[in-house]
Formats: sequence, C-alpha cells, structure tokens
Amino acid sequence: MSTPIKECIAVEKLVVSAAPHVHSGQDVRQVMRDVILALLPAVLVGIWYFGVDAARVLILAVGGCLFFEAVMNRLLKRPSTLGNLSAALTGVLLAMNMPSSSPWWLVLVGTGVAIILGKAIYGGLGYNPFNPALVARVLLLISFPVQMTRWVVPQGLGTGFDAATGATPLGAAKEAASLGTPLAEVGVPGSMDLLLGNVGGSFGEVSALALLAGGLFLMWRGIIRWQIPVGFIGAVVLITGVAHLAAPEKYLDPLIHVLAGGLILGAFFMATDMVTSPVTRRGMLIFGVGCGVLTAVIRLWGGYPEGVSFAILLMNAATPLIDRYTRPRVFGGQRRQLFADRSES
Amino acid sequence: MKFKGGIHPHYRKVTADRPIRELPLLPRYIVPIGQHIGAPGEVIVERGQEVLRGQALTKPAGFVSVPVHAPTSGKIKKIADYAHPMGRPQLAIELIPDGEDRWSDEISPVGDWRELSPNILRDAIRDAGIVGMGGATFPTHVKLSPPADKPIDLLILNGAECEPYLTSDHRIMLESAADVNEGIGLMMRVLGVDKAVVGIENNKVDAREALAVSRPPGLDITYELLETKYPQGSEKHLIYALSGREVPAGGLPMDAGIVVQNVGTAAACLEAVRDGHPMTERVVTVTGGAVAHPDNLLVRVGTPLQDVIDFCGGLAVDTGKIIYGGPMMGMVQFDLDSPILKGTSGVLCLKDEEVSQFEGGPCIRCGNCVDACPMFLVPSQMGLLVERSRWEDLGDHHLSDCIECGSCAYVCPSRRPLVQYFKRGKLEWRAWQEKQQNESEQNNESA
Repeated sequence: MSTPIKECIAVEKLVVSAAPHVHSGQDVRQVMRDVILALLPAVLVGIWYFGVDAARVLILAVGGCLFFEAVMNRLLKRPSTLGNLSAALTGVLLAMNMPSSSPWWLVLVGTGVAIILGKAIYGGLGYNPFNPALVARVLLLISFPVQMTRWVVPQGLGTGFDAATGATPLGAAKEAASLGTPLAEVGVPGSMDLLLGNVGGSFGEVSALALLAGGLFLMWRGIIRWQIPVGFIGAVVLITGVAHLAAPEKYLDPLIHVLAGGLILGAFFMATDMVTSPVTRRGMLIFGVGCGVLTAVIRLWGGYPEGVSFAILLMNAATPLIDRYTRPRVFGGQRRQLFADRSES
Repeated sequence: MKFKGGIHPHYRKVTADRPIRELPLLPRYIVPIGQHIGAPGEVIVERGQEVLRGQALTKPAGFVSVPVHAPTSGKIKKIADYAHPMGRPQLAIELIPDGEDRWSDEISPVGDWRELSPNILRDAIRDAGIVGMGGATFPTHVKLSPPADKPIDLLILNGAECEPYLTSDHRIMLESAADVNEGIGLMMRVLGVDKAVVGIENNKVDAREALAVSRPPGLDITYELLETKYPQGSEKHLIYALSGREVPAGGLPMDAGIVVQNVGTAAACLEAVRDGHPMTERVVTVTGGAVAHPDNLLVRVGTPLQDVIDFCGGLAVDTGKIIYGGPMMGMVQFDLDSPILKGTSGVLCLKDEEVSQFEGGPCIRCGNCVDACPMFLVPSQMGLLVERSRWEDLGDHHLSDCIECGSCAYVCPSRRPLVQYFKRGKLEWRAWQEKQQNESEQNNESA
C-alpha cells in the first residue's frame, strides 16, 4: 500500500488543464519520420543507379535545409524546429527532384529558396501555402534550365562519374512532338525499366516501384489518404489515355505517362504534403484530380515536357478555396450544399 | 448503424471485474447545493441543525432544478463556499455524521410504478434529486417532460460507457440488472413510449447478457451491442447508432422523437419510487496508474476526494493529474476537498508519465481531426480562427455543434489544445453575437 496522499503529493504540482487528458501519442516528428522512411527505397534505388553523385546531392540538400532552418530560427528568434524533421524532409524531397549531376551550389541555392522563400517567410511549418521543395525546384528549373535538365543516364553504383547524358522519356516524346517525328523513332524505354528506375531523370523519381512501395506504406500508416494519389494518377491516365487512343503516333501510352517522370513521386509524396493540400476527403479528391488534369495538359500540350511540379503548385494555390467549398455537412445538418457531403473514409 | 469519425483510445478498463464495494461512513461530508445543470436549490436547513439521511437540504428553485439530500444522519456544521469540482468554490453544506446513519421518517416507498401516474412518478424523481448520472447532470424529470409538440416514440438507454477507464455503468448493469430494467420500464411509463433500446459497447457483452436475462415480462426492451469506439456514448451518436435518426444540428434528442437516459439513472429512478430513496450515493470508478488499488465504489454524494483516494490505498508519489470523469471529457481537480457529486462517474488519477501535455505547435493541416470529428466539423480551421480571434467566422463553421468530445485533440500530431480553444471560442462567439445585436438595436433606436 502506498503512502497516503497527504504526505507525499504536492497538490500544487498537479497538472490543471482542459480535457482531453490523453493523447494518441503521434507527433509531428513521427509523421515526418514516416514520410522520410517511405522515401528511403526510392532514395536507395536512386543511389544505386546514379552512384555517389546522387548521395552527394542528398547530403547537400538535407544539410542545406537544416542549415537554413537553423539560421531562420535564430533570425526570427524562434525555438529550434530541426527536431520535427520537417526541414530534413524538405531536403530529401528537393534532392529527389534534382538531377544527380547538379553542381553543389545549385543544390544549396535550392535549399535556401525552399526554406527561406518557401516556408520561413510565411511563418514556418504549417503556414506556407506552397510546397517548399517544389517552390525551390521550379525556381531552379526556370533560372537554371541547363543544369536542371542535364539528365545523367544511369551508370550504376561505383562505375565512375561518366558524364553521359540523355533525354528523359517524356523529354524525348516532347521533342519528337515538336519536331513532328513519329514517337516510334525516338526510342522510349520499356515499362520494366521505368518501373525499376533504369531511365534518365531526377534522382528520386526514376523507380516507380520503389516510390509505390513507399506510398503504400504511408497509406497503411494513415499519413496519406488515397484520394490525392488516386485522383492525380487517375486523371493523368484518363486524359493521356484518350489522347493516346486518338493519336497513338503522337501521344505516349498512358502507362508510360504514369511510370515516367515525376508523377508517382508527385502524386504520393509531393501533392500529399499536408500543409499545402486540403484537409477534407472530398477536397483531397478534387485537389488530386486537379493536379492530374493540369499535369496531363502541360505534358501533352504545354511547353515543358513535365508538368507535375507546376500542377501541384497551382493546386496548392487553390487549396484554401477547395477547403472552403468542401466543408462536410455538419452531423444533423441539411443535405443541400454543393459538395457538402462527407465522403466515405 | 455506425457513426462516422471517432477514435479508438486505449480503454484500460482495469476495474471491469471489481464488484462494487461500499465506502464506509466518513467523518464529514460536503454537499454542494448545485450539482446539476440549472438553478441550484434554496437551502432549507440551518447551521447546527440535526438532519437525517435522505432529508432534503434544499428545495428546487424553478423547473430545471432539483434538491440535494443529507448523505447520512448528523449535524450541519457550516453552510459556506467550498471547493467544487467545476473549479470555482460554490455554496455547500458541511455535514458531520453522528455515526448512526438513520434514515429520515419521511422516507417511504412511493409505490409500484406500474400503478402510479406519470405525473406522480415525475414528481417523485424530481423530489429524489435525480440527475443524469452519465456526467451531464441534467435534471431527469425535465428530460422526462417533453413538450406536447415533441412526440416521443423511443427511449434510449446509454450503457455505452465509451470513456476509457470508467466501469461504473458496466458494474451497475451487471450487479443491478433487474433494477435497471425496472427503471427503464418506469421511464417508459412516464414518457408513454412502448419501446426502449439499451446501447452497450461490445466490450461489455456480459452486461448485455445480464440485462437481457432479467428483462421484465411485458416490456419491449431490446439490448444492442455497439462498436467499441469513442464517443459512442455521445447522445447524438448513440441515437444514430441505435435508430438511424440524426438529431437536427442545434436540436435536442426530442426533436428526433427520442429521450436518452443513462442506465445508472434508470436504476436511481426505480429506487426513488420503489424505496423512496433520494440520490445520496452513486457508483464511482476510482482508477488510473497513480491509484494503489483501483476499484468500483458506492460513494455517498458529498464525500471528499481525499477519502475516496485513501480508501483505495492512496496515490503514487508521481501523481500528475486527478480527474473527475473519464480522460476524454473529465474535469481536472486541484483540491483534495473537492466532493464527489451526483454526476461523478469516476476518479481518475494519472501518473506524470500518463499525463499528455498539449503544448500546441502549429497546425500542419494533416486532416486527422477532420477524420476524427464525429460532428463532421473542421476542427483544424476552427482552431486557427480562435487563435486569430476571428470570432465572427466561428458560427459559419458550426462551432456551436461541437460536443467537446476531444477526438480532434486526441489525434492532433501537433497536440493543439483544440477543445480548450473551442470552449473559449463558444464564449467569445456568443459575446460577439450579443454585441452585434446590441449595436443593431442601438442603430434602430437612433434611426
């Protein structure tokens, strides 16, 4: 029997707070850690195909993001936020969205843009309207188009820093389209290479299989919901599929569209960024479909071969509006508002 | 039917197998006059007066008001402000028992409920001071008096006990199944309904069995097992789960033709009529990692917290929090003189390591709260509005429909104190509305 309360309990020590008094235990750090874990397979495949260069980009990007996060915390006199791993995640995502051949300064400029312009100036984690890693990627793509599209053909781990470069599958198709050459002549890689990652592209986007595994892991952990990836990829398949059926000599097979480029990375890891995507299930679906439509339109008829980044950023801007119009019908409320039904989870 | 949203906390119902034990008579009781929602009664006893067990100490002040009664025989030492579980000190009557625990002569059976009129039954329930024992403490006779324009066709009994840790309703259903059933019959008679359903979470199959085998002949009572999910015992969600009806937003169960009562309240109503016993005791689950011997106790109303804890072997040195009720909606205590009230279903004592801190980082818009909210609100957005003092926008977000169940705060990875925000937001929003109204009235006058 323990000692009676009077002798050992300091009543002043008791915590006084509003209910609830228990918590699920999940915190932001765990969420970010799970996303980083989910990205690991794709990171490893990237390093496998692109060698030490890819590892270099990764380390620079993560280090740069942590550095700028620390600097901004200090400048804004805020407590350290390095522990919540959100800056580290931004670094990983940015690295995966860059070619493995990126010069060191390009990566560092990217990390500065991501953390400072993409996040800190809005007030830090939770307040940024746009996905920080994508803000950086798009800024780099527009400012340094040569370095950002110098796609290294996979050489395998440890085979040296061969500077052989080649077009991405989507780039080749876009070029063929602009020159009027039939698709068959440009040599698009097979879907098996695309699945495994044996193609040119950003370091983290090449292996569809590894990315899918990570995406499914996140769904299983309940961190992302199916609505965004399914809406996103579904819309791309639908539009590119119709285009392909109408003019197969001009437009790629929808399967290639799904597996090539940054679609899987974008649909499972970039568009699902919590801060910049809707909070309602129905909103997530609209957001995903919007991303897919914009991506398909840019890929098929736009000036860039790839449109995932632009599509997500544009939809980021629409997120507050989507949230506003997809608020669920309150329990016991009238079923009349447009979009106001609560979708099944 | 299953309601959408909700959470699956750890249930930790460690006292589920502990039979109810009676707490011995204590050296003093503190009986607050306000233990229910509504006006506190008027004190009808004086300092120094000798009272007997069950004797009324107050008389109701209005319709939504009930009396409190002497928990035992003894002498009134003082009538003054005492620590009250709701936070602010309130008027209470301190009683020093004479040790004889003699019942008042006025206590006598009202009769057989089957032969009494609804009005007599309702008055007996009011005079016995019965309030909702699930924790809401709304006077029971008021809930049993629906207005004529709200026809009631179904009585629902809440035996869900969805709060983690608590097992008092579970034990009552097991040990007093016949009384609960008779009490249900009594309430059916008062309401004039033919049908009653008891909702029980499926982690208490034995309670359902106990009730089902003791169902009185001739009464249409069914016993439904429900998914074990918090907040299954929320009135609106229990109604939906058992009848498929949605209580209109901003409305009451009677707007859906239903009255909901707690199973313990049913048993208390029966005692009030069959034995004439007013509500002077209740079953309390004393539990949590900081309690030496967790237990289910029959405790007199007015028992100081200290004595309940002492009876259960005292507290651990590293006790971090003491709560009246469950961990999701319970009220935190900071004074060991705080008395057990009619609505106190549990005393939960958590160790430091069991206490979750809600320090509140930024919202990362993960959407967990949107999935968890059983009222289909968007807690993340409402939390931001409160943080930015945008009271005028809260109505549009249906803040007033928030039932403060805490599911949102439970799942928030940023540990934002959302329920605290919403409690404040409701007050501020109301104040803002009143201000608007006053201004428009002034404008009308000047125009």
